[in-house]
Amino acid sequence: MEKTTLFDKIWDSHVVRSVPAGPDVFFIDKHFIHEVTSPVAFLNLEKRGIGVKYPHRTIATPDHNVPTVDQDQTIKDKLSRMQVEKLRENCKKYNIELHDLGTAHHGIVHVIGPELGVTQPGMTIVCGDSHTSTHGAFGAIAFGIGTSEVEMVLATQCIMQSKPKKMRISVEGELGRGVTSKDIILYIISKISAAGATGYFVEYAGSAIRNLSMEARMTICNMSIEMGARGGLIAPDETTFNYLKGKQYAPAGEEWDKAVAYWKTLKTDDGAVFDKEYHYDAADIEPMITYGTNPGMGIKVVDNIPTTEGMEGSNKTSFLKSLDYMGFAPGEPVKGKVVDYVFVGSCTNGRIEDIRSVAHFVKGKKKADNITAWIVPGSREVEKQAHEEGLVKILEEAGFELRQPGCSACLAMNDDKIPAGKYAVSTSNRNFEGRQGPGARTMLASPLTVAAVAVTGRITDPREVFNN
Amino acid sequence: MAYDKFTVLRDTAVPLPTENVDTDQIIPARFLKATEREGFGDNLFRDWRYDVEGNPKKDFVLNDTTYSGKILVAGKNFGSGSSREHAVWAIYDYGFRCVVSSFFADIFKNNCLNIGVLPVTVTPEFADKLFSAIAADPKTEIEVNLPQQKITLLATGESESFEINEYKKDNMTNGFDDIDYLLNMSSEIDAFAASR
Repeated sequence: MEKTTLFDKIWDSHVVRSVPAGPDVFFIDKHFIHEVTSPVAFLNLEKRGIGVKYPHRTIATPDHNVPTVDQDQTIKDKLSRMQVEKLRENCKKYNIELHDLGTAHHGIVHVIGPELGVTQPGMTIVCGDSHTSTHGAFGAIAFGIGTSEVEMVLATQCIMQSKPKKMRISVEGELGRGVTSKDIILYIISKISAAGATGYFVEYAGSAIRNLSMEARMTICNMSIEMGARGGLIAPDETTFNYLKGKQYAPAGEEWDKAVAYWKTLKTDDGAVFDKEYHYDAADIEPMITYGTNPGMGIKVVDNIPTTEGMEGSNKTSFLKSLDYMGFAPGEPVKGKVVDYVFVGSCTNGRIEDIRSVAHFVKGKKKADNITAWIVPGSREVEKQAHEEGLVKILEEAGFELRQPGCSACLAMNDDKIPAGKYAVSTSNRNFEGRQGPGARTMLASPLTVAAVAVTGRITDPREVFNN
Repeated sequence: MAYDKFTVLRDTAVPLPTENVDTDQIIPARFLKATEREGFGDNLFRDWRYDVEGNPKKDFVLNDTTYSGKILVAGKNFGSGSSREHAVWAIYDYGFRCVVSSFFADIFKNNCLNIGVLPVTVTPEFADKLFSAIAADPKTEIEVNLPQQKITLLATGESESFEINEYKKDNMTNGFDDIDYLLNMSSEIDAFAASR
């Protein structure tokens, strides 16, 4: 029998038809929508005079533009309010499940999907958001799509896609002290570059990946897009099943046993061939941080920014443009640089485990005076749990400002903007120019490193600040 | 919905050799709040094009009247990052119908094809030729021929063929889109869904 990869198994079982000399007609099990990339899709359905084919396969939540304060009140920003109201209107009209502001399961779409147990192994999942790759942590094929494709899924539950090439990235061994899954993915992207996996779908494998919790796996899969990959996935195992068991939409009783039996078949066969493979040693990975304006521009916190040696042409120009934006010079260390803001949150690191790790390390300490510290839980559920576990109290005593769930300062569509020229060390996923506000300078790092920066006020190696 | 048919485009081009241009640069998130598809062109490359007071930045190529045309020649890894189709809407709304680069991000490329902006992938060498030719003569014309899958620098006759699958090519030359195709196979999809 042909040896196939996990990715092949899921992809091939969802092809309705292969168009000759064209893409596959690809069936979508679950579709998430939010307020920013869905309104035009619904508008076009109306123009075509068609409806939503399978409303129960779509789930909605407003997350991108929502304020993170006073969510019980009417949204003040007129345009944001209109988008959220449009989402409500469309969900009502087409009978789509909506997790609205203030309800028990409101939150960032990639946080609530797994929390509700909607995300399951073997599924195909799309959303008009590139970080849909997050759901791959469950052994699902999940990727971001454009609004035209959102329209296709609403209208037909299918999209037209050419099958990507396959890449496997294996990380073997034990992670060192102070090294988290965020550091693993920032390390991988720094090696492969921001475009190195374009055209591929990635499977993450190896003992260092298998030993991670579901939250930590989601952080890794989340950032697959930052190296250009359409998505990334991890074979489901006991960690996955334990996470899902008892979740609202997870199968129960006999159905659960049947599902687990199927999920256990979802793995890459020994000897299956990938188009490209990378191998890394977990012991080589240290706390990471980005210094430039794409996520591939990452270094160890203790390292110096690269010099321009060996660079030429537009490569060098783009590198220098990036450093100029950041206010950094080639070859200088980042450690010790003064920081203005820290942001803990987003679909990358806005889960309970992330908030726990920050709270654990700042307990009994105070943030530095020069730091404004925002912490934005990924969902209401995370927020509730953080209160119940006493984390909110610890964080507030340390001087962190806890806000309400949403995408917030990750993309600064709402008021949570970093001012021009200011430095933010952020647990989010993108350090693009202006991503966190016009002129804002973003450095990406793990929640642990962010906690260390919050306390010292400078770029800091977390291993030097915390003893355990 | 596809906008219009694309067959042969012959025009001058606007050069943007910067590498790794992400969709946050093409259209910053704070301008994504519309619920319709039109009007994004005004904010195309907003923060590179205008200062904080809204005055045009003289050194940015879109503010340089030397360059014009329906073809954007862009640097390597164009359109990375966010899946926002608004980036392509902005490019279209501004007046571009074709983007040429030696490397495109996947989602951006799909989004282009879905609304009828032709993404043309050329070799890095040919991209360099285009940049040099435009720098030497901003009025130099480029021909993009979709039926023949060929891009030509008209002044010198130098050309290169580009790839596009037959299905997408057919869609673009006829102004069809994927939904037309999918709606026509509705019962096949129903049968597939029922079997799951």
